[in-house]
Amino acid sequence: MKETSPLNLYKQLPQTNCKKCGETTCMAYAAGLIARTRKVEECTPLIEEKKYAKKLEALRSIIAPELKMIYIGVGEKQVKVGGEDVMYRHQMTFFNKPPFAYDVADNMEEAKLIERVKKITTWRKFYIGKWQGVEMIAVRSVTDDPAKFAACVKTVMANGNGFPLILCSFNPAVLKAGLEVAAKEKPLIYAANKDNWKEVAQLAFDYKVPVTLSVPFDLDGLKSMAVTFASMGLTDLVLDPGTAPNGKMLQQTLLNFINLRRAAVEEAQRDIAYPVMVLPINAWLTTEDPVRASYWESVLTAAFVIRGGAIMIKHSLEAHSMMPDMHLRFNIYTDPRTPVQVKPGIYKVGNPGAESPVFLTTNFALTYYTVESDIASNGIDAYIISINTDGIGVQASVAGGQLTPTKILDSFNEANFDWKAQKFPAIVLPGMAAKFSGELEDLFAGKAKIMVGPEDSGRIVGWMKDMWPPKA
Amino acid sequence: MAEKITLSDLNKTLTEMNVQSLEGLKIEGDVEIDLDVGAGGVGPMFAYYFGQEAAKIAMQLINFAKAVGYPVENLMQPVAVAQAIAPAPKDIAAAAAAVPAFKVASALASAKFSVGVDKTWKIPIQEVTLGATKADGGSRGHVVKLGGEKAMPFFPDAAMPHAPKITMDVFDMPIGMAKAVKMHYEDVINSPGEWAKKAVKKFGADMVTVHLISTDPLLKDTPAQEAVKTVEEVLQAVDVPICIGGSGNPNKDPIVLSKAAEVAQGERVLIASANLNMDWEKIGKACVDNGHVCLAWTQLEINSQKELNRKLMKVAGVPRESIVMDPTTAALAYGLDFAYSNMERIRLGALKGDEELTFPMSSGTTNAWGVRESWMVKSPNKDDSDWGDRMLRGPIWEILTGYSLAMAGVDIFMMMHPMAVAYLHEITQSLMGRIEAKTPDTSAWLKMGV
Repeated sequence: MKETSPLNLYKQLPQTNCKKCGETTCMAYAAGLIARTRKVEECTPLIEEKKYAKKLEALRSIIAPELKMIYIGVGEKQVKVGGEDVMYRHQMTFFNKPPFAYDVADNMEEAKLIERVKKITTWRKFYIGKWQGVEMIAVRSVTDDPAKFAACVKTVMANGNGFPLILCSFNPAVLKAGLEVAAKEKPLIYAANKDNWKEVAQLAFDYKVPVTLSVPFDLDGLKSMAVTFASMGLTDLVLDPGTAPNGKMLQQTLLNFINLRRAAVEEAQRDIAYPVMVLPINAWLTTEDPVRASYWESVLTAAFVIRGGAIMIKHSLEAHSMMPDMHLRFNIYTDPRTPVQVKPGIYKVGNPGAESPVFLTTNFALTYYTVESDIASNGIDAYIISINTDGIGVQASVAGGQLTPTKILDSFNEANFDWKAQKFPAIVLPGMAAKFSGELEDLFAGKAKIMVGPEDSGRIVGWMKDMWPPKA
Repeated sequence: MAEKITLSDLNKTLTEMNVQSLEGLKIEGDVEIDLDVGAGGVGPMFAYYFGQEAAKIAMQLINFAKAVGYPVENLMQPVAVAQAIAPAPKDIAAAAAAVPAFKVASALASAKFSVGVDKTWKIPIQEVTLGATKADGGSRGHVVKLGGEKAMPFFPDAAMPHAPKITMDVFDMPIGMAKAVKMHYEDVINSPGEWAKKAVKKFGADMVTVHLISTDPLLKDTPAQEAVKTVEEVLQAVDVPICIGGSGNPNKDPIVLSKAAEVAQGERVLIASANLNMDWEKIGKACVDNGHVCLAWTQLEINSQKELNRKLMKVAGVPRESIVMDPTTAALAYGLDFAYSNMERIRLGALKGDEELTFPMSSGTTNAWGVRESWMVKSPNKDDSDWGDRMLRGPIWEILTGYSLAMAGVDIFMMMHPMAVAYLHEITQSLMGRIEAKTPDTSAWLKMGV
């Protein structure tokens, strides 16, 4: 959406201030549409009343993202791909993190295949209150045999826990066999190229699935194919402009991604404004060394998470490459408009009671959730007090004055924490705030004992063993 | 998938679907008819519009029509089939009629892709030279140049005049390090000179940074006079340009760094750093008096960065070509989003013409080792998947922290792990088109082994 004035969206609304969307005025709702925090569907009169049909159509066309958004898969695991409006995240935010599709192949032994699918679908890592994981599975046809491919897709679906699929082959017969099994679950097909595009177009139409157009290192050719597919009414497209893993072609790869993104969001070239696929898996074509390959795959992933990759096919399931890739994606796709804070106050973890400790931390979401998960996942019952430091972490807020002994005392008073109910009234300070302990002892004047916890909450388990309950 | 239904099934379905009659047809007995709803001539198009059951019926109708000599070809389009099911529900018929028949294009449309450059980028980043050779009154073997960019890093608008540089950390006393880092420095940990040599000769560092952390009053409180001997030691050990860092103590750093600036006079070192919370003027003036470059450090806030740069120029008299900025590196998974966007905004602001921001940027990439995911043996969260080998996990944390910020505009990286240094060098060189390599067939992944 290029529109930045709520007034221009307001013109397309009922202008009745009916409040059904939850906003007090249509203008406020229009502002929400600009920020993409509200959806058209939330204006029920506009959707339901026939007299607004024209307005609805106009509104939809104004607020459509600059880069087309497509859906892959069905149900709760369905992924949204593309749908971006900006070149740089601080201009608003990036909306749809590129799904990672990890590969399996149709020449794998069944047991190995199932094992790999399980690993892909169950991998997870907790971060800032959320589970991160893989979104998709890419099924490659190595055999080029339609029957083997169909069987492989079937096995993947049976074990894949509803993960959306990418069916990968340039052979239309192979793709068709896969679609016979999987079309209902709306997979993405990979890919139409200069040789097979007619057959693949037919398949995309027959089975109503999104399709990848692969025209490596030739943006004229890629645009030509996108225009051709659009002319046939096929617009659920993903573009593969080629991912070269090394050499000068790698530079060209990045330039192509930057140019495609620019054409879409800065120049509104709608005929090429489709989500772009990245193939970090290609790192594995450059070396036999698995460490080197997984490292390079992570580096390629990082480049294109930042500069416009909308969906990625990846290979390394090693934690040392998955973890950094997932975190980078999380960080880049975090909405910079929303401060990452939790509400200040007392939180209960597990079933804390009279004998439970009170851990202290700040309201920076990353800090809070880290502490919370370290306590919860180890089965410790405790209270956590999150102090309002304007969303700044412990170390920085101790240095910067947002966390002070007085503020800690005030926070407990505001939360009305009942110290008398505690058998061992004690505050466990983060190790990084240890220097406050003296002053806090004075401030709390015996109402609560001040204890110094570990510098990293990952060591709370060990700390509990040695230090809790406190010795008199 | 082919499936078989019998006519009695069919009749039942027809009744359920409220299809009135198949007039003129008289069929007796249970004749089995092959249906191929998924892959045959009718295809899933029907399933889509009419639902599976109705599609089966449509297929039957076509077969029947064939049997009685009706021109079936005309029935193969959805519109025709909708009409053939009599009476089709009105909205279905309308929907079908609204969908034009699908026809594969006969040839690819001709098209040309073109896109412009960013015309708002008007001002180049200031070029800054670090180090001085004999000809310029110093003793370095070569100089290092930063800045000069006219576009965002690796963008098509304009080539980067200088590749990003890496300066490796050397400390003046042993410090705690992650195991994956420590193993590379155990033999030199008590000798900053040897440490610097190893960084340059073995690990290929463009520069080294001597951190005089022992001056911290909470550590050894080494007096400035004594601490700067380490600077001399390192200057003699290596001939690359150097950077000198303090302990981060805001009261002591101005004293230590001013003294260091004196002993390194003429070498055009990078003095790290001046900060708004300390006597930045003293540090800035020490840079001016001794011909050094001042690192202006702020905490993730673009306006503070502007303020500090302005003060260094206007009050301390630091010339434009002697300022580098450190807008703070919050590492991967520990606030990288803030650091990344802060730097990207700074660089875009500079290119668009904000002269208080047109300076090269530095990143304390070593901060990556403060993130628990980089060094912990295993996850403290029992429900996480296995974290794998930390010896491999750590270096990549440093690589991605640095590399992301390279994309945001960082010109010089302060780093520690040799593998991280090598990869960051390789990827930035690659994206500048400086590495020759045979590119494999980029579709070969489809058929590679697992």
